[in-house]
Amino acid sequence: MEYSRRQLNNIKANLFEQGYLDDQFHQIEELQDDASPNFLQEVVTLFFRDTTRLIDTTEQALKKSPQDFRRLDSIMHQFKGSSSSIGALRVKNECSIFRDHCNQGNIEGCLKSFQKVKKELAILRQKLEAYFKLLNQSESVAVKKADR
Amino acid sequence: MASSSIGGTGKLPHILVVDDALVQRMVTERLLKLHSFKVTTVDSGDKALELLGTWTAAMKKVDMILTDYSMPKMTGYDLLKRLKESSAFQGIPVVIMSSENTRGITRCLEEGAIDFMIKPLQNSDVQRLYTHFNHHLQIKLE
Repeated sequence: MEYSRRQLNNIKANLFEQGYLDDQFHQIEELQDDASPNFLQEVVTLFFRDTTRLIDTTEQALKKSPQDFRRLDSIMHQFKGSSSSIGALRVKNECSIFRDHCNQGNIEGCLKSFQKVKKELAILRQKLEAYFKLLNQSESVAVKKADR
Repeated sequence: MASSSIGGTGKLPHILVVDDALVQRMVTERLLKLHSFKVTTVDSGDKALELLGTWTAAMKKVDMILTDYSMPKMTGYDLLKRLKESSAFQGIPVVIMSSENTRGITRCLEEGAIDFMIKPLQNSDVQRLYTHFNHHLQIKLE
């Protein structure tokens, strides 16, 4: 199915309305130009690669005993910063909650919160991968039509 | 977009960005380049000092350093202190950035950082950087 620009914008708008993304996502879109037309997608790809690493690091840190809450907070600070950079609002908010639990020395809270961080990240990844797939298909069709 | 040179000299301001976070480094670099900064990025304070040393030997200039506050091993504050203790680098204006308004920012400003910005940077922050550049250039010319 060929998606129009309007339909793609609606899909994107829903991501904002449902709180998955904030304005920073738009800001990164605006950094694209003819020289870097896929900058947003490149950054998002890098973000998911980076957060995969941070998830592994967090899991390792959570296994340690006694808990090093300072280390956990530091990792989650990175996670939050990275999320903030691409406008991943729900992920960022869950990272903040995790850090609150770190400050309270609440390991159970951290564990529960970490599950939510992972869940929100997985949902966002799925939605953005679907969005970019449609965007790329749409652009590919547009290029083919222009070539005719 | 901001003017593309300092005081009409036609020279692009060169900024060294120090941030251990790859995604944030990438976004900051792109934003600054679109505003006509010449940008070099490194991922640690150690690398920043090493590069500055190399540039000094090669008589290459940097007009400003934009460093993240929270970095492993050498924080933005530690880097700032090292820069201010160095006769070669103490004159380079330093701006601190952080994803949160941490208490450590006050001591950075006391140590000589000229500004503090919240990450991710916005267009208005880049405008402020230009203001600092022009102000610093005025001081150098006087």
